[in-house]
Amino acid sequence: MTIPFNNPDRPNSYIGKTVPRPNATKLVQGRGRYVDDIVLPRMLHVAFSRSPVAHAKIGTIDLDEAKAVKGVVRIFTGADLAEVCTPWVAVLAHLKGLKSPPEHPLAVDRACWVGEPVVAVVATTRAAAEDAASLVVVDYEELPAVTNTMTALDKDTPVIHPELGDNLAFRRLHEEGDVDAAFANAHKVVFASFRTARHTGVTLEPRSILVDWNPAEGQMTAYHATQAPHMMQTVFAKHLDIPESRVRVICGDVGGSYGIKVHVYPDEVATAAIAKVLGRPIKFIADRLESFSTDIHARDHEIEAKIAVDADGKILAIDVDDWTGIGPYSVYPRTSAIEGNQVVNLCGGPYDFANYRAQTTVVFQNKTPTCQYRAVGHPIAVAITEGLVDMAAAAIGMDPVEIRRRNMYPDDAYPVTSPAKMKFEGLSHHASMDKLMEMMDYDALRADQAEARKRGKYRGIGIASFIELTNPSPFMYGIGGARISAQDGCTVRMDPDGSVVALSGVTEQGQGTEAMLSQVVAEGVGVLPSQVRVITGDTQVTPYGGGTWASRGAGIGGEAALQAARALRGSILEVAAAMLQADAGQLDIRNGQIVDADSGEERMPLEELGRIVYFRGDTLPKDLPRELVQTRHFITMEYPFAFTNGVQASYLEVDTDTGVVTLLKHWCVEDCGRVINPQLVDEQVRGGIVQGLGGALYEEIHYDEDGQLLNGSMADYLVPMAAEMPDMVVGHVETPTKESELGAKGAGEAGTAGAPAAVMNAINDALRPLGAQMTEMPFTPERILRALGKLQD
Amino acid sequence: MTELFRDKVDVSMTVNGEPVEARVPAGQHMIDFLRLELGLTGAHASCEHGVCGACTIRVDGDAVRGCLMLAAQADGAKVWTVEGLTDTSAISDLQDAFVERNALQCGFCTPGMLVAADELLSRGGVPSRAEIREHLSGNYCRCTGYEAIIDAVESVAKGRAVKGTT
Ligand code: FES
Ligand code: FES
Repeated sequence: MTIPFNNPDRPNSYIGKTVPRPNATKLVQGRGRYVDDIVLPRMLHVAFSRSPVAHAKIGTIDLDEAKAVKGVVRIFTGADLAEVCTPWVAVLAHLKGLKSPPEHPLAVDRACWVGEPVVAVVATTRAAAEDAASLVVVDYEELPAVTNTMTALDKDTPVIHPELGDNLAFRRLHEEGDVDAAFANAHKVVFASFRTARHTGVTLEPRSILVDWNPAEGQMTAYHATQAPHMMQTVFAKHLDIPESRVRVICGDVGGSYGIKVHVYPDEVATAAIAKVLGRPIKFIADRLESFSTDIHARDHEIEAKIAVDADGKILAIDVDDWTGIGPYSVYPRTSAIEGNQVVNLCGGPYDFANYRAQTTVVFQNKTPTCQYRAVGHPIAVAITEGLVDMAAAAIGMDPVEIRRRNMYPDDAYPVTSPAKMKFEGLSHHASMDKLMEMMDYDALRADQAEARKRGKYRGIGIASFIELTNPSPFMYGIGGARISAQDGCTVRMDPDGSVVALSGVTEQGQGTEAMLSQVVAEGVGVLPSQVRVITGDTQVTPYGGGTWASRGAGIGGEAALQAARALRGSILEVAAAMLQADAGQLDIRNGQIVDADSGEERMPLEELGRIVYFRGDTLPKDLPRELVQTRHFITMEYPFAFTNGVQASYLEVDTDTGVVTLLKHWCVEDCGRVINPQLVDEQVRGGIVQGLGGALYEEIHYDEDGQLLNGSMADYLVPMAAEMPDMVVGHVETPTKESELGAKGAGEAGTAGAPAAVMNAINDALRPLGAQMTEMPFTPERILRALGKLQD
Repeated sequence: MTELFRDKVDVSMTVNGEPVEARVPAGQHMIDFLRLELGLTGAHASCEHGVCGACTIRVDGDAVRGCLMLAAQADGAKVWTVEGLTDTSAISDLQDAFVERNALQCGFCTPGMLVAADELLSRGGVPSRAEIREHLSGNYCRCTGYEAIIDAVESVAKGRAVKGTT
């Protein structure tokens, strides 16, 4: 029996409704339990002495002064930890040619970026550990630093890892159709170079881990702010030589992750290694400078691109040359080639065109390693694509909405395969654009823009269509050899009081996973969401799963929960039928009651069924199955990825005297498939948009030529604040995926994917009469004034 | 570490309405004192240099950054954290509005955000959205995009104005 999602009056209709988040109340009361809130008996703290230079040979290490600090228990060097922890190499077999050297929890002979951990100091308090770490004296013999992405492969640039031969980590060229011929014969060709700045996630909760090794049980327990507990279980087991079954990763409340907390960090592995050596709980909480210098960075891309169109605005070809610098190591185990790879996969995404060439070149450099951060590669690909499309529209004098309408895949074209060889099951670009036009009242806004211009104000409208990759199959990581599960599972059980417990492999990072699961399970079983208790983030308890990344929580974890819940419903009804001498097919469960399916008449509360099954099983028929617990796993099979789509619009004003951009309003129409909880989805979209706006206007990690990090504090690395952010209007089109009964595709990253391009196009729309064009993010007042020719030097 | 910081200072204050006497290291920040010594883990340390507002607590009626204030400076002060404000139901309407409007995701910024918002609300009247945004600009939230927070604070301001409780 399938659920008639289209009927809002169906019984137990929680999927598709805004139901409250079960875990929100504790968080507003300050009753959350983040890793740093946990105190264990005999707990020690670790702090790290980190490389102050971008590239250096590590000479003698003098620990005398550090050891003298009261409270210091033990100090570890790279050589010490290399004895108890094997190094890792972050490559994936399907990313052909990707290379990376072995990486240790603490640098052994050489430090390769500012912030790389070199010495670990363990003490009874964090203050003592930090004091002592600052007294560690390391003799750094400086080596030349490679900092410029574009010259990293030049002959006279030093090779960071000589054993790898060159500074090229990965390169992929994709070519489809006859690109050169298309450009040669085009009506119009537009060139542009784009640049996206180095970002980092700035989770308010810094990276946090507390590891307890119990030698008596041979068991390691890691309390870890992570998105992927099972992946971390494997990593700790493998590199610390512990059976996988003897590593338990517990992920309680997490203070924001956005992709930052899905990677393996050397200092966190060092913490686990130290716990194993000392046999005592060890806590590591990054401070803010450590966050900036060691949380993964992302999006440091430089791109040359061009587009060819015919006289009707039809896209003939797109050609993209993308370069990115990833730091000295590919990050384990997801690798740092994925972002560039995504740029190749995603450029031109919404459009039906024939000739496509894209190359990504991924190079090593002496900066903080980069890896996957919210909307991986999407903001870059969308900025390139939508920037080019707008420029082409301007070049042929066409309205930016019109040129998109002429090129987007028709809504009835699916399934289709894009020139990047992405398979789309079902998207809704046109319906989404129609909805956007209606929501923003495009024509009225154009009139307002014209009117403002008469008053000397430069306002602009920017549109950005996009696709977003979600619900990855094993084609993303597993196929390349990484033990990262694309499958996820859920166990649902009914307890004697008729309440339901759901244990899921996906995790809660604040996005509302637990609320989503509670309503899916409530509907699937037939109880109130408040009767469902959700447990996530404990590898010893939940079914094995991939965790939360690539917006897979609802699409994968939600479907597993639905199937498990439906199975439990079946088990319950079988018992109920025996108890009531009825046909299971004529019974239903609604609001925690067994009812007659046709009349809705109440027959028995679940509590009564629970009482009989658990305490008076003797009264049931001997061979009646009575397992009130069911587990289901889900994995996508038909498509390597689900794709969502959407379109965003930005309306803003540029002050041409100061270069300051004021965001007036922002719109997003998103098609994330089935919307399970409208409020949670909308807030995911809004939060995502604001992260994208940060990238467009403020966020940029700066290094000097020597690889010195220049802005490692929240005061210097600007993120969006309340006063500058606009109100955002969010709308939906729903094209559920047919791969699952639930039909959800994922909504966590769309906002971030499209917002920077929308802002870029709006700024360029505003400045076009002045002949200025911005393609280098963030669009700071300084860059805008330079583009306007008002600032020169 | 200098000798100065190793020195201990006797302090006496009330925290969440209860008297607290302690001997604190002179260099200990208020947020660490609350979290480490009193087990009040509601307020969080995030940037630890006065930028993000995650550590915001109420000291003698003002919203104050727990990472910029030393515990020693709180001698004689009346300190409130989210735990006490919850126990006394002082901000329950605001908390309810945050939950109702989903004005929090990870919740790490929330205790500080609530204290900062309550400071604005306690001035009475119904602030404009721009005023609310301005007032909360010292409190970073990386998850929500702020709009839901502004909505929640605005709805409470309106609710309190109607009830005449301001
Ligand atoms: S931790 Fe105090 S302001 Fe950020
Ligand atoms: S809810 Fe996560 S930082 Fe505000």
